[in-house]
Amino acid sequence: MTEQPKSAYFLVDTKTASIRKTFAVLVDNEAGVLARVIGLFAGRGYNIESLTVAEVDHLDHTSRITIVTSGTPEVLEQIKHQLERLIPVHKVIDLTEETPGIEREMALVKVSGQGEKRVEAMRLSEVFRARVIDTTHASFVFEVTGNQQKIDAFVELMKPLGLVEVSRTGVVAITRGAEAM
Amino acid sequence: MAQELTGAEMVIRALKDHGVRHIFGYPGGAVLPIYDALFQDDGIEHVLVRHEQGATHAAEGYARSTGKPGVVLVTSGPGATNAVTGLTDALMDSIPLVCITGQVPTHLIGNDAFQEADTVGITRPCTKHNWLVRDIRDLPRILHEAFYIATTGRPGPVVVDIPKDIQFKRGAYVGPSNIKHKTYQPRIKGDLKKIEQAVEMIAQAKRPIFYTGGGIINSGLLGSQLLREFVRTTGFPITSTLMGLGAYPASDRQWLGMLGMHGTYEANLAMHGCDLMIAIGSRFDDRVTGRLDAFSPNSRKIHVDIDASSINKNVRVDLGIVGDAAHVLEDMIRLWKAKQLKANGAALKAWWMQIEAWRARNCLAYKNTTDVIKPQFAVERLYELTRGRKTYISTEVGQHQMWAAQFYKFEEPHRWMTSGGLGTMGYGLPAAVGIQVAHPDALVVDIAGEASVQMTMQEISTAVQYELPIKIFILNNKYMGMVRQWQQLLHGGRYSHSYSEALPDFVKLAEAYGAVGIRATLPGELDAKIKEMIDVKRPVLFDCVVDQHENCYPMIPSGAAHNEMILGDAAGEPAVSEAGKVLV
Repeated sequence: MTEQPKSAYFLVDTKTASIRKTFAVLVDNEAGVLARVIGLFAGRGYNIESLTVAEVDHLDHTSRITIVTSGTPEVLEQIKHQLERLIPVHKVIDLTEETPGIEREMALVKVSGQGEKRVEAMRLSEVFRARVIDTTHASFVFEVTGNQQKIDAFVELMKPLGLVEVSRTGVVAITRGAEAM
Repeated sequence: MAQELTGAEMVIRALKDHGVRHIFGYPGGAVLPIYDALFQDDGIEHVLVRHEQGATHAAEGYARSTGKPGVVLVTSGPGATNAVTGLTDALMDSIPLVCITGQVPTHLIGNDAFQEADTVGITRPCTKHNWLVRDIRDLPRILHEAFYIATTGRPGPVVVDIPKDIQFKRGAYVGPSNIKHKTYQPRIKGDLKKIEQAVEMIAQAKRPIFYTGGGIINSGLLGSQLLREFVRTTGFPITSTLMGLGAYPASDRQWLGMLGMHGTYEANLAMHGCDLMIAIGSRFDDRVTGRLDAFSPNSRKIHVDIDASSINKNVRVDLGIVGDAAHVLEDMIRLWKAKQLKANGAALKAWWMQIEAWRARNCLAYKNTTDVIKPQFAVERLYELTRGRKTYISTEVGQHQMWAAQFYKFEEPHRWMTSGGLGTMGYGLPAAVGIQVAHPDALVVDIAGEASVQMTMQEISTAVQYELPIKIFILNNKYMGMVRQWQQLLHGGRYSHSYSEALPDFVKLAEAYGAVGIRATLPGELDAKIKEMIDVKRPVLFDCVVDQHENCYPMIPSGAAHNEMILGDAAGEPAVSEAGKVLV
């Protein structure tokens, strides 16, 4: 065992590695609800890797927030409980463990260039099943959907081909199977 | 039948519907319609404080000593920002407060209007929940929800921010019956299977300890009664956090005293050496655990808490039960009896022998003198001279607070009001105001320090105005004592800005306010002066001039474990490691 400092604040945790997790949070769509969720993460020092939100039931005014975060298993358990403590929160589900879910993200990717690079960009977009939603003689805007890694890979491939701008939605996720959250 | 009222009238009406008798507040432009409605109604007594922070602490004292919510009424902008310290304090210590703030009219919100502040934005992280009321139709529901959320589950402060135009608008008022909340449903009953498992673990324990906290106080008088019953049935030792004092009587043989940084030797060593820890309504705060990786290394742990996020937050436990302390204790006792369980008598006898050996160290001992008053002696005498009475104690924050916790013996819950989680200097005097408002015939003493008390000293004027005979018992050592102690132990005796320069003459100050000033400088005169203080039926500032250099022991230095605590006679030794020095 390595020498540890006297204070617990300086202990180096060698056992627990940080893991990635996706939470779906169903909330009442009332004023300030997103600020409560974001403030919780900022105030307690939790990571936000991706966050998406939109109203999913216009009659009940409920919104669904999808948060991708990372931390030790202890921190992730805390995050879940802390989210559940917020008054307008209906439900928090963990989409990575108990009920493995499906994740998707959409990106709009603008690539400019001419000649061979333009042809190559077009060809690669077909491999990724990206759609062209805007074009000029010197540019494309692609719409590409998939998990984060797929989008990352597409963006990476577009870099040498004239990538100028990327806009991403962040991750949305849902459970598999017939059950609702 | 719904009744048509203005927004301001709805506020007063809702307060009455929720049984509110007293509110603490300060008027201002954005809250004038509510003050007008208050003026025309004689069902509620308003206590005018001198600063909005004072209103929040007074409401905390009121709430903590009665078990009812404390209500605060302040204006927009500075009124609301001044309330932030008290709201944060109430959040940390789980005190139910309903704070109503005025706001600039809705059409001016966002315009940097006069006395505008983003009150819901500022108070979001320091309340259990808050609302900005933008529509008169929402106001009655929000007011009722505010009381419901503040007082149920893990209690806490809430803010209802009401723009001035909404206070004037008329709308239908609906009463508070059948409050149901779509998403907020606190869990009260614990999981019976887990409670069954818990009582089995309790029956098998060889070296058990109860470690209880403010959650017992918050679960009401029943919580304390059930705790006493179960602790006596099992014969186990019990310790408690600062916030939990009084839930179990300090005169009882099974009581080990407070635990933690300035807890007793026997309580901390029993926590360290136990094989089963039964934590109820306590939250494994860093002031309790000390060094986490060395905290009670060989025990199994049961944790009962109403807040699921408290379980496994700082310390991993073997069995977590989410539920209200009183309800879970009730089930524990019932199952214990039904299963005819018995504690392991032989093992327990050996455990008690060990504990008695620790207790024999007499860790709170101090060297008394005849020429200067020792602060511990002052608290001991105060205790002896007030013990037979209906006495409520509040404190400020620092050495005097720890001495009060160590030397004042609490027999009943709701008698001890202190700022635990946030550690707010200036809490005790306004808290005493609130306590005395709730208990006009009781003896209310704020055990204070000369530095803390100056932070909210102006509230003595409130006490004079409302003829509240609070006693401010200042242990005056002319230092921010706890800061000085840490500087002595951790910073080579470099007393950077911890000396209380230019102190007022507290006796003259009391007289200037229209209160009574008393000073004691010699141990021999202390008893007579304390009796004089008790007998005066007016607010008193008691300047108890004590030893300037006394330190508060025992002490677990920051970053140390429970079994590394230092006792009074070891004061000269280097107490804290290099790494521990940066901790608070």
